[in-house]
Amino acid sequence: MAAAPFWFALLLVVLSGCAQTGSSMLHPWGMVAAAQRDWLVIAVALMMIVVLPVFVMVPLFAWRYRRRGGRGVYRPNWTYARVLEYPIWGVPVLIVAALAVMVATRETDLDPYRPLPGAGAPLEIDVVALDWKFLFIYPKEHVASVGLLAIPRGRPVSFHLTSDATMQSFFIPALGSQIYAMAGMETQLHLRADRDGVLDGENTQYNGADFQNEHVRVEVVPDASFARFLAECRVAGRVLDPSSYRMLAVRDTLVKAKAAFGLPPDGRLLFGDVQPGLFASIIAKYHPGDRTMRMAGQAE
Amino acid sequence: MTLNDWLFGRLTVQAALPFYSAIATAAASIVVVGALAVVVLLTKFRLWRPLWSEWLTSLDHKRIGIMYVVLALVMLSRAVVEAVMMRAQQAVSYDSPGYLPADHFAQLFTTHGTIMIFFMAMPFLTGIINYAMPLQIGARDVSFPLLNSVSLGLTAAGAALMMISLCIGRFSTGGWSGYPPFTELAFSPDVGPDYWIWAVTLSSIGSTLTGINFAVTIYKERAPGMHLFRMPLFCWTALCTSILMIFAMPPLTVATALLALDRYAGAHFFTNGGGGDVMNYINLFWLFGHPEVYILILPAFGVYSEVFSTFSAKALYGYRSLVYATMAIAVLSFTVWLHHFFTMGQGANVNAVFGIATMLIGIPTGVKIYDWLLTMFRGRIRFAVPLLFALGFILMFAIGGMTGIILANPGIDYQVHNTVFLVAHFHNVLIPGLLFGMLAAVQYWFPKAFGFRLNEKWGRTVFVLWTAGFLFAFMPLYALGLLGLPRRTVEYFQGAYRPWTLIAAFGALLLLLGLFAVGAWLFVSVRQRDDNRVPAGDPWNGRTLEWSMSAPPPEYNFAVRPRVTGRDQFMRDKLGGMAYLRPDEYEDIEIPLGSAVGPLLGIAGILCGFGLTWHIWWMAAGGLLLSIGTVIARSFVRETTRIVPAGEVRLQHEAWLGRLAMERPASRDQEIAPSNRGLALADGS
Ligand code: HEM
Ligand SMILES: [Cu+2]
Repeated sequence: MAAAPFWFALLLVVLSGCAQTGSSMLHPWGMVAAAQRDWLVIAVALMMIVVLPVFVMVPLFAWRYRRRGGRGVYRPNWTYARVLEYPIWGVPVLIVAALAVMVATRETDLDPYRPLPGAGAPLEIDVVALDWKFLFIYPKEHVASVGLLAIPRGRPVSFHLTSDATMQSFFIPALGSQIYAMAGMETQLHLRADRDGVLDGENTQYNGADFQNEHVRVEVVPDASFARFLAECRVAGRVLDPSSYRMLAVRDTLVKAKAAFGLPPDGRLLFGDVQPGLFASIIAKYHPGDRTMRMAGQAE
Repeated sequence: MTLNDWLFGRLTVQAALPFYSAIATAAASIVVVGALAVVVLLTKFRLWRPLWSEWLTSLDHKRIGIMYVVLALVMLSRAVVEAVMMRAQQAVSYDSPGYLPADHFAQLFTTHGTIMIFFMAMPFLTGIINYAMPLQIGARDVSFPLLNSVSLGLTAAGAALMMISLCIGRFSTGGWSGYPPFTELAFSPDVGPDYWIWAVTLSSIGSTLTGINFAVTIYKERAPGMHLFRMPLFCWTALCTSILMIFAMPPLTVATALLALDRYAGAHFFTNGGGGDVMNYINLFWLFGHPEVYILILPAFGVYSEVFSTFSAKALYGYRSLVYATMAIAVLSFTVWLHHFFTMGQGANVNAVFGIATMLIGIPTGVKIYDWLLTMFRGRIRFAVPLLFALGFILMFAIGGMTGIILANPGIDYQVHNTVFLVAHFHNVLIPGLLFGMLAAVQYWFPKAFGFRLNEKWGRTVFVLWTAGFLFAFMPLYALGLLGLPRRTVEYFQGAYRPWTLIAAFGALLLLLGLFAVGAWLFVSVRQRDDNRVPAGDPWNGRTLEWSMSAPPPEYNFAVRPRVTGRDQFMRDKLGGMAYLRPDEYEDIEIPLGSAVGPLLGIAGILCGFGLTWHIWWMAAGGLLLSIGTVIARSFVRETTRIVPAGEVRLQHEAWLGRLAMERPASRDQEIAPSNRGLALADGS
């Protein structure tokens, strides 16, 4: 039990080693995840100021004041010392104050809604959470992909998310924050990938029998390869319109969806054309009475 | 509607029997066989009548407390087994489906979480408070003894629904928090969420009533002179927990009721379409959920306060600080619920405000830890089992608290939310915090309740197994969370997770052994009871009023109401030679007669819940009628109390005082020896 902080420290050390193989915040691929890791380290360090003394004092006091053989004095009625009240209340107050200042100043930096700096204008991607796969629409490029997310390295990405099924949480650990996707609503997320590679994206909000299979292959690529990805979508020749969307929205796994489009399990489900306004209409359909929403859907 | 529909609703053989997985079938068989065994044993030893008249219908707060704890231990066993099954699954499910079907795994985390919170932790702490608090404040019972029994009945009814769901049909897969829209008809048309709704609703109503009962008791039933600031700290934590129950349980009842309206009446509170909004559910749920975690932890804090003071042979350091810290925690706990959904898309400033509010709770909590430490400072510490739990608690809770504050940083939470980092955090506060506290309370107050001490060696074994098991099972989850493993995952695909899930499974195995050790601890102790009797009632050289009476205490608790002149009254009395005095005068004592209302309302709750779950409307209506009828019938009962005449009180008290005179006082070195008969050498240490 006294080994607990040791465990915790060991964990962090071993972890950073292990992490090289996987992709996670401990081995960040993007500026957001890197900032989160740094913040974690600072927060842990600050709190060690209160936690470590506990780990020293508990065994120390227990030993020194043990009944049999202990050497401490015995003062059964010693129950208060004003001088001690200052550090007891003061130190936690100071630490929480420091953390609070960090939260107040940094929180806006890590706000998922805040656009990120980077090379070029943000790439916009609309994310539709379906059971049990994510649909990614690139509205400016008029392409879409399912269970596969290609993003150019160094360029900030601006996600707009909604759900056409259960509530989900879209998360790429190595890049940074997660955010909920809810039906009839739109949330936002900004991320930037700074290294090439293939990362894992996932839904973290349990939503049924195939929850664990709801993964996204995230490909971070240089600009040229991203252009190739767009071309690949167009060559695939599929159109994302209401009828193909209905096929996608069936409550089933990515593999099944691919099969429905005649693709093998490892095939790439891409769309070369996307009906304009699809994303807005997916949101608007949950607000049948709301005219402004409906018109926004039609206008796009 | 055919007759069959009318009679059985949705209940068909196919839907009912748990044949969706061999393991579920086995589990159901164990429950059925276990229940049958209990029935057979009760019949064989002719225990039905005493069970009914002396226990189930009893309104004695001590018996009700004990029944709550028994319920908690039974439910704990099921939930631990389920936890171990989940850990075993994740140990073998790297890129493989493992041994549990996904749907069954989902039921397991839902039942495990629901049981642990509503049917293990809540009954456990309610039972302990029920037993100890009235004794500590010098009361003869709680303010509303019948209500107390009703709360128990409703809670037990919820627990019964949980057990029934194991055998008939299936349970929800929506987690202990039951978030819609997943739990709406559109995504979960089966009976699972209905079982969950009614089990939780019954328990939440029971807890609201309990909260009212305890708070009123503490305000109204204190012995003369027992000012609030003279109460033992455990009573303060009980008071804060009760107030939290009163204000925090109703939002949960409302949330489950609205969800029920969605599912039964086609309403659209939380559905995707029709103007429903899941965010309202999430807010309501956590408006309950966050105070709930303090409902769970505060009584344990109270137990630790008693334990540190008693086993350090020293008055509590910083009593006032501790009281203010407890109050501060209780108040602040209503201001932070949003930290459970930093990732729902609200603005950064809102998140920052709630993040900082959450961290503020860290301040009083830190203060408490240091107050306990300073209670040991300059004490004479005896490493009895409750103190071991308390030491383990302080060390491990420091880590749990730290990870809690990490999670309160919205910036970091965006990363670890919904991962097993969170799972590690809340088990880190719930196991060393709540559960250790309750186990310490059992070891501490058991001799008072049953008249003999529990076995120390087995107590230590329980402590070692649970501590080691906890560290192995949950420290790796911090790692896994930072590596991005979501919670509630039946299968995973990253090799990096593998070593950690294996370590965690080993830890879970230790915890399973720990559960068996709890059984052995109780079993061995009961067998050796004659070696460990403490009829004089004060085995730990206690400081507070509950130690001033025989063990087990008389039904009316105090032969004469104590007069309180300060804190730690019993210790003062002992040191001043004023303990165990023969009073000049005895009075008639009025105590409540037993009543069947509690168990009947419990049965009505089961009928209602089961009928509603399966759409067997006649049964639900019958349950409702039964409950209304019971309450009306009760209003015609004229004799609800009985008088214990002063003469009888005198006889019993004098008999006990006579026995006391024959006992030899035990020094603290004899604490765990047979020679400790519950009369403590009054030397202060
Ligand atoms: C005996 C030791 C315990 C073990 C091995 C254990 C294990 C687990 C596991 C494996 C999960 C599922 C984690 C996941 O979602 O991936 C879980 C969830 C949970 N546990 Fe425990 N647990 C234990 C004790 C407790 C206690 C004492 C409590 C509360 C008092 C508790 C409350 C919960 C809750 C609320 C959940 C969340 C359920 C959900 O996801 O909806 N557990 N536990
Ligand atoms: Cu909370």
